[in-house]
Amino acid sequence: MSIESTGGVPVNAEPVGADIDAPAQVPSSPQKGMFGITGTGDVSGFGGLVRRRPDVVGSPKPYGSYFDEVTDALEEAYPLFADAIEKVVVDRDELTLHIKAEKIAEVAQIMRDDESLRFELCSSVSGVDYLNSDARRLHVTYQLTSMTYRRRVRLEVAVPVDVPVPSVTSVYPTADWQERETYDMFGVVFTGHPNLTRILMPDDWEGHPQRKDYPLGGVPVEYKGAEIPPPDQRRVYQ
Amino acid sequence: MTTPGYATERETTEGRVFTVTGGDWDTITGSIDPLSNEKIVVNMGPQHPSTHGVLRLVLELEGETVTECRPVIGYLHTGIEKNLEYRNWTQGTTFVTRADYLAPLFNEAAYCLAVEKLLGITDQITERATTIRVLFMELNRIASHLVWMGTTGLELGAISMMLYGFREREYILDIFEETSGLRMNHAYFRPGGVAQDIPDSAIKKIRDFLVYMPKKLKEYEAMLSGQVIWHERTQGVAILDVTGCLALGITGPVLRSAGLAWDLRKTMPYCGYENYEFDVPTANTADVWGRYQVRIAEIRESLKIVEQALDRLKPGPIFVADKKIAWPAQLAVGIDGMGNSLEHVAKIMGQSMESLIHHFKLVTEGFRVPPGQVYIGIESPRGELGVHAVSDGGTHPYRVHLRDPSFVNLQAIPAMAEGALLADVIAGGASVDPVMGGCDR
Repeated sequence: MSIESTGGVPVNAEPVGADIDAPAQVPSSPQKGMFGITGTGDVSGFGGLVRRRPDVVGSPKPYGSYFDEVTDALEEAYPLFADAIEKVVVDRDELTLHIKAEKIAEVAQIMRDDESLRFELCSSVSGVDYLNSDARRLHVTYQLTSMTYRRRVRLEVAVPVDVPVPSVTSVYPTADWQERETYDMFGVVFTGHPNLTRILMPDDWEGHPQRKDYPLGGVPVEYKGAEIPPPDQRRVYQ
Repeated sequence: MTTPGYATERETTEGRVFTVTGGDWDTITGSIDPLSNEKIVVNMGPQHPSTHGVLRLVLELEGETVTECRPVIGYLHTGIEKNLEYRNWTQGTTFVTRADYLAPLFNEAAYCLAVEKLLGITDQITERATTIRVLFMELNRIASHLVWMGTTGLELGAISMMLYGFREREYILDIFEETSGLRMNHAYFRPGGVAQDIPDSAIKKIRDFLVYMPKKLKEYEAMLSGQVIWHERTQGVAILDVTGCLALGITGPVLRSAGLAWDLRKTMPYCGYENYEFDVPTANTADVWGRYQVRIAEIRESLKIVEQALDRLKPGPIFVADKKIAWPAQLAVGIDGMGNSLEHVAKIMGQSMESLIHHFKLVTEGFRVPPGQVYIGIESPRGELGVHAVSDGGTHPYRVHLRDPSFVNLQAIPAMAEGALLADVIAGGASVDPVMGGCDR
């Protein structure tokens, strides 16, 4: 099953075994928590329902709302549109443009400067780690705001670990600290950033804490001889 | 030449380093040769009374002029975003409320709006719940601006302002305590509604506050607005124009003090703000004085919204009707304070096994949120507070990012401080109103 990432239009997952009349299979999980529990810890009987991460599928035109205007304007202003934009997703009344990582700074420049786009403000830059569901696991999202037209749009790029992303600081100086935070937390390297150092974690910290394979805590809590495992290894209901 | 207990000095490869403990500037100025060593680097913070928490500024000085300013943050990083991923969606409010601790209800509101948008239940939020949210957010905005006036007054030499600001804020915190049980970090807004209805006694207190506060505002203005020292410390200090604000992503009162009436409550309304009558105050001075005037005017506008929200408060449910999302535990005030309603406990423990199972499942496991991602931006007292929430279809958030206005706005400090005097760094930094809990998360 080729799964790229979450987000986009949800696809209803069918329970495994539902079509062949066989007993539902309990999904295997690498987690083993307190009281020797394995799997999801679900005792309801609904645990046989397998959750499949849906593919992110591009939305068909017309997108509705102001989304058509934005994509058309970008297509007109940017000759490499077909090459640089991987897909356009409209979900929950929000527009996401998935962009090839190496093109992000160019696209941001046009998004800011073109008269019919005018996304003057870069509201937020942050990362998401889609470990195990996307080969290009590290995603960076840019929330742009057009104060002129009162619109929002999200740009999203995806890279594997160790592949850099061009920095947008030359277009949006506000991205300086936000890219530093994304580097600090996810290890995404932004080329062309004036000072890409850690910002929230100490300078000599090892690892990137917001990655999904980085444990939470990881230090057992000791209390009167008893030891409580770190939070990610305790019994969980999911 | 070093007196014991005072400034110690040591030679390093970077030059001579002094450790200052207070009252010993003579030692330093005495040992610096004014002809060859005019430039000194001063570490302001992270433990400094006028850096609003644990902000560290590395300042390069030539005499009293700041030639370079480098803010260093991260001293209050608590991993709120990471922790969220290990708890269910409802428990998330308990974490986000602790980020920007002067505006906890805004963090909760932005987070809840994001979760509700992911669930697709934005339209189902009841009228009363939304009105209570607006009412409390505006009270919180007043409380936050009062702390700003208090601490900024303290830093610029108006110490009585600090006492007055905190006194009036306490009044608002009493209202919050009466309703949610807590003065700060309420976890009062929940995905789907609010945790509990407002008691009548709190409504009465808010009505009293609406009469009390305008008088106090006049007192503040009588004390500060005409005062020469206040003028000298604020006017023409730490100027940042609209172009600078937009490039650096600065929003909130700092942007409005530069003349751009950008307020998300007006420009991209949420929670029904388009139905309230209020103005967006601006100034055109782009300095600390303008930010002071904008914040004073915003308190007045918030009072207007609070009054309108009170008038709109009609009896009705405070949570969505969908029992797959609505919190099953009914809270009630008992003889020992806020707690679970005895009636509800009697029902689940004695009468209905189904209710007990439902309660247990929803509280321990939580509800599932369809996969996808949303971004919600609301106008917090400091500017755009954004929440980027991603769900993978499970009962826990897959990723939540808080775009905190303090974090982004702090980037303005070098732009305001460089080339200005050292004393104006304090005024400029204060005028940004950074809250390190939100900045470092």
